[in-house]
Amino acid sequence: MSDIQLPERLEGVEPVRSIRTFASLTYQYTPGRAASRFLKEVERKRLVGQRCPVCKKVYVPPRGSCPTDGVATEEEVELGHTGTIVSFCVVNVPFMANLMEIPYVGALIQLDGSDIPIMHLIQEVPYDEVHMGMRVEAVWVPDGEISHTLESIKYFRPNGEPDAPYDSYKENA
Amino acid sequence: MADQDVLRAPNVVEYPFSRTTGPVIGAFFTALREGFIVGIVARDGTVIVPPVEYDPHTSESLTELVEVGDTGEVRSWAWVGEPLDGQPLGRPFAYALIKLDGADTPMVHAVDTGGDPSKISTGMRVRAKWLPAKPAGASEEEQTDPKGAVRTYREGHILDIECFVPGGQA
Ligand SMILES: [Zn+2]
Repeated sequence: MSDIQLPERLEGVEPVRSIRTFASLTYQYTPGRAASRFLKEVERKRLVGQRCPVCKKVYVPPRGSCPTDGVATEEEVELGHTGTIVSFCVVNVPFMANLMEIPYVGALIQLDGSDIPIMHLIQEVPYDEVHMGMRVEAVWVPDGEISHTLESIKYFRPNGEPDAPYDSYKENA
Repeated sequence: MADQDVLRAPNVVEYPFSRTTGPVIGAFFTALREGFIVGIVARDGTVIVPPVEYDPHTSESLTELVEVGDTGEVRSWAWVGEPLDGQPLGRPFAYALIKLDGADTPMVHAVDTGGDPSKISTGMRVRAKWLPAKPAGASEEEQTDPKGAVRTYREGHILDIECFVPGGQA
């Protein structure tokens, strides 16, 4: 770098060392038919999964088919607004556009009546008390703000029930 | 199930990249921020703008940066009838290869003819239209938005030259 010869007007001037090259990609996302139905039920404050006719597993959010059996999942099953933490992560790293105060906990929650967990936020409990098997309940946004997005659930919080037995969620642990 | 039952939503993915410029391109951007343009002298004595770090024929390191003019001549151009987001101008303009006075190679930039494609031609004279210098004490926020879509002051970016416009004496 030292052997670069600058024109006079650049001598002693604070050099530019980097430039911002912001990139933005605008997509139109469609969740497909099965997940659209799920999201429309969310708008009605209901959580509805779909059951596989072969293995009987209930998927949420449903994708319209069972990946194990390769068949359509047409039977709809209404799920509880409570569930069990099957895995969790304490987030200590702030990142851009992140509005959460750290540390906070993201968890995989197996809703009652379903066989696969959804990912959501855990609040109203110290992060170091969150554990596998903890029973939690959904806290919804005010009724007027509910729309077809899982953000209609603000977060999950402990509901005070005793821990779920390991066997009830071990397939997802 | 009819397709109108299927939801759609915009999904925007954004990357706040910045990239380091190195001493040669860095000097080019520094000069833009200061309101002028530099090129680099190649082994054969030609002046390359924007400057490159290595000689295009011998691959040797190049080190001699020199100031060139901010006026020049259109060598070739392509009309952009429907500008897209992120392009330099919001109305129809030309991307042009502009050989600046004092340079031997042409540089790509936008030429604004007021939206009129009949007002650009190969060989025409153009001059740089600069953004104002950043006043002392102006905050980063005042300087530009994070996406770089709105630029207020020169900051060391190719769009410190808003565009080129017809004019400029040889
Ligand atoms: Zn199945």
